[in-house]
Amino acid sequence: MSEPIALKLTAKDFKSDQEVRWCPGCGDYAILAAIQQFMPELNIPRERTVFVSGIGCSSRFPYYMNTYGMHSIHGRAPAIATGLSVSRPDLSVWVVTGDGDALSIGGNHLIHALRRNVNLKILLFNNRIYGLTKGQYSPTSEVGKITKSTPAGSADAPFNPLSLALGAEASFVGRTIDSDRKHLQSVLRAAAEHQGSAFVEIYQNCNIFNDGAFEQLKEPATRDDFLIRLEHGQPITFGSDGQFCVVHPPGGFGLKVLETASVRPEEIVVHDATVNDPAYAFALSRLPGLDLRNTPIGVFRSVDRPSYDSVVQEQVAAAKAAVTETPEQQLAGLLASGDTWTIS
Amino acid sequence: MTKQIRQLDRVVIRFAGDSGDGMQLTGDRFTSETAQLGNDISTLPNFPAEIRAPAGTLPGVSSFQVHFADYDILTPGDAPNVLVAMNPAALKANLADLPRGADIIVNTDEFTKRNLAKVGYQSSPLDDDSLAGYVVHPVALTSMTVRALAETKVSKKDAERAKNMFALGLLSWMYSRPYSSTLRFLERKFAKRPELVAANIAAFKAGWNFGETTDSFSVRYEVKPAKMLPGTYRNITGNAALSLGLVAAGVRSGLPVFLGAYPITPASDILHELSKHKRLGVVTMQAEDEIAAVGAALGASYGGSLGITTTSGPGVALKSETISLAVALELPLVIVDVQRAGPSTGLPTKTEQADLNIALYGRHGEAPVAVIAPKSPSDCFHAAIEAARIALTYRTPVILLSDNYVANGSEPWLLPDVESLPDLRVEFATEPNGENGAFLPYLRDPETLARPWAVPGTPGLEHRIGGLEKADKTGDISYDPANHDFMVRTRAARIETIPVPDVEVEDPDGDARVLVLGWGSTYGPIGAACRGLRQRGLPVAQAHLRHLSPMPANLGEVLRSYDRVVIPEMNLGQLAHVIRARYLVDAIGYNQVRGLPFTAAELETMLEEVLKNV
Repeated sequence: MSEPIALKLTAKDFKSDQEVRWCPGCGDYAILAAIQQFMPELNIPRERTVFVSGIGCSSRFPYYMNTYGMHSIHGRAPAIATGLSVSRPDLSVWVVTGDGDALSIGGNHLIHALRRNVNLKILLFNNRIYGLTKGQYSPTSEVGKITKSTPAGSADAPFNPLSLALGAEASFVGRTIDSDRKHLQSVLRAAAEHQGSAFVEIYQNCNIFNDGAFEQLKEPATRDDFLIRLEHGQPITFGSDGQFCVVHPPGGFGLKVLETASVRPEEIVVHDATVNDPAYAFALSRLPGLDLRNTPIGVFRSVDRPSYDSVVQEQVAAAKAAVTETPEQQLAGLLASGDTWTIS
Repeated sequence: MTKQIRQLDRVVIRFAGDSGDGMQLTGDRFTSETAQLGNDISTLPNFPAEIRAPAGTLPGVSSFQVHFADYDILTPGDAPNVLVAMNPAALKANLADLPRGADIIVNTDEFTKRNLAKVGYQSSPLDDDSLAGYVVHPVALTSMTVRALAETKVSKKDAERAKNMFALGLLSWMYSRPYSSTLRFLERKFAKRPELVAANIAAFKAGWNFGETTDSFSVRYEVKPAKMLPGTYRNITGNAALSLGLVAAGVRSGLPVFLGAYPITPASDILHELSKHKRLGVVTMQAEDEIAAVGAALGASYGGSLGITTTSGPGVALKSETISLAVALELPLVIVDVQRAGPSTGLPTKTEQADLNIALYGRHGEAPVAVIAPKSPSDCFHAAIEAARIALTYRTPVILLSDNYVANGSEPWLLPDVESLPDLRVEFATEPNGENGAFLPYLRDPETLARPWAVPGTPGLEHRIGGLEKADKTGDISYDPANHDFMVRTRAARIETIPVPDVEVEDPDGDARVLVLGWGSTYGPIGAACRGLRQRGLPVAQAHLRHLSPMPANLGEVLRSYDRVVIPEMNLGQLAHVIRARYLVDAIGYNQVRGLPFTAAELETMLEEVLKNV
């Protein structure tokens, strides 16, 4: 095998000529810049990269990437991207979606793409609000959210996107934050390397309709005490002085946050993203409280599982390998199969 | 004893029994034997939506009708000459369709008190005079089958189940059918259970021999081969022909075929068939729902495949938004709608033509697509290729409107030469088409108005497309009023200017004053009715639409050259509505939505009335 040729692409190569039209101050700008800066690292030619999106503010994303792209319809991007990815395994296919697009109108396609393990990188920009329709609550909004459509407060419980993805047995699940470029790129890097579906939730600020939704995770004064930075192979401790840790209390099903000083070092859970049983990553996904304390970010789960694309393509390749006739000859044989009779 | 042999020109047989009695298989085999003999054939299966409705009840009756003749025929026949009734329910459910004098072969073993009561018979119709006027042949089918298999290794239950082969053997004898293909079929079907091969063959032969020796059948019939064009034939259902047409479109275009589908009656057979052709590069995906099925197909088209989705009415409704996206994206997409009776779940195993409106208009915004309908089971092959041709050439969604009648009906098909099929090769865009190396994804071919198909992976042509309105040529997002007006009109013109063949009129003597216009699966019954009228010296013209959008350029002229236009449809007048609106022709609708195809006789009666009043 020859060494791949270095394409020497830059962030600029990934910027399209379209004017970016998100609201000033939107978290989407930071994500776009981080991704444009990150893409050259993959050394994938621009023409082999495709961004597919649904509807919503985040779904304008493909217009701003100088790659192939499709801004499709509400909730359906994973389905459309599945057809593209399965039929074109040579492409790097990315789905950009939001909390309404992926979890409300498109919930079914999301879970089935993850279940199938289609070779898609799915980036869910979660701002916990409907932005493009001007401020209704979303399926990730907290209970009691007062919005235009819920003046008395929303009555329904939100989805935890990572719990949902893990319930669908996603083979790669991660979370990151719009404002932390370095972390965002590290999660994208791991997602891009993953074979199969990679699901990444990106906390994104909507400064117009839900400003400050993730403020505690960003403020220098609070973030270290709120965020759990997951690192594979490392004991899970966090806090400004490492004063908190994650343990698996005997007798319970889940994980728990305790003060580091109160437990023996060997009781602290060592993060292993490759644990096959999704229950571990699920337990991690349940740690945050309503106040966003104990929010893990990073790669929760990354396990090997055959991708749908590869299985389908292997079946086609195996069937084709057994054939010596031309397609026309095969077709002629197919048309004349079964009981035939000839009239002269 | 020596049996009398009588020649017939045509026969209609209906096999009817419980859904568990294997009537579809029996009918299928009889059809295949008949095809081998060279008769022209047309078949009509009729089965309940329930997989196994309660045994012995009227809702559980399943039937298969086969019409065969020594001349070319157009329909599965209006009324059976012979009914094979495997139980009282089958007799009761089908008796009304039988003309007086018809033969009825009944399985007397099933005419028990309990089974009679299940369908509301107070006394056995075999014992009273309710079947006077018919020629009844009582046959103890079940017990004779069990006795015939006494020496074999199968259980009593398996032996009883072979009674359909006894019936097939008897009918094959009665109509002098060659049966070697059935024996081969049984060997294939039960290859893993040799005892069942032996049992079914023994049951078949017992039925045949019974016919030969019994006194209750004194006559054997022969129907001579029909005069058909020379060539190799096979018997084919519409769904099978449609599947092969899609495979052929893949071969002739050189593109991989991608089918996204969600199982739905009566379209699922196409998914089953296409899933077998991976060696020809056909990829099938059973999606999570109808929306994902069409979405995946569109995604595959975007990537350079021939994207196809197959469904029935409820699925078309769900796919509507994605079809509109495909209209905006101007990508090829074939949507196959095997229509069934609606609305909602309706009658899932019965036929109807009531999706014409949704095919023509069932989208938001101005979203025109091409619409095509096959006229017969074998025509589904060519209609599928035509749908793919239009989709690929004009980069547009095409809806192919089949229906349950053509999908499950069958007829002999003269196999085409692969080389004679249309060349569907397409050219993907490979080079920038604008100034300074720019790529303009919406710069159109002046002739076809199609935009370039630039598939991902092509260097230098990176571009973005989407559902937002696009500026002419550049494809950039545009909110400009004049541009939107232009794009809407251009998308309409794109479809309206697709050249389609002129509609042909069948009017042998050229003196008809009444035109019968149809579309889709009504071709057979309308054609048979017209022939019947002409044989009686009553001139009538027939025209049949394959292309419903756009319509043939000569249609208006054709319509206006007759004093009366009659449009029979299995809906409440959807085509008639379009014809009246578009051509200002005072067309008369003849409409029926009974879940069953028209009979030629009823159309003939209706048309005779029209002719009287012209």
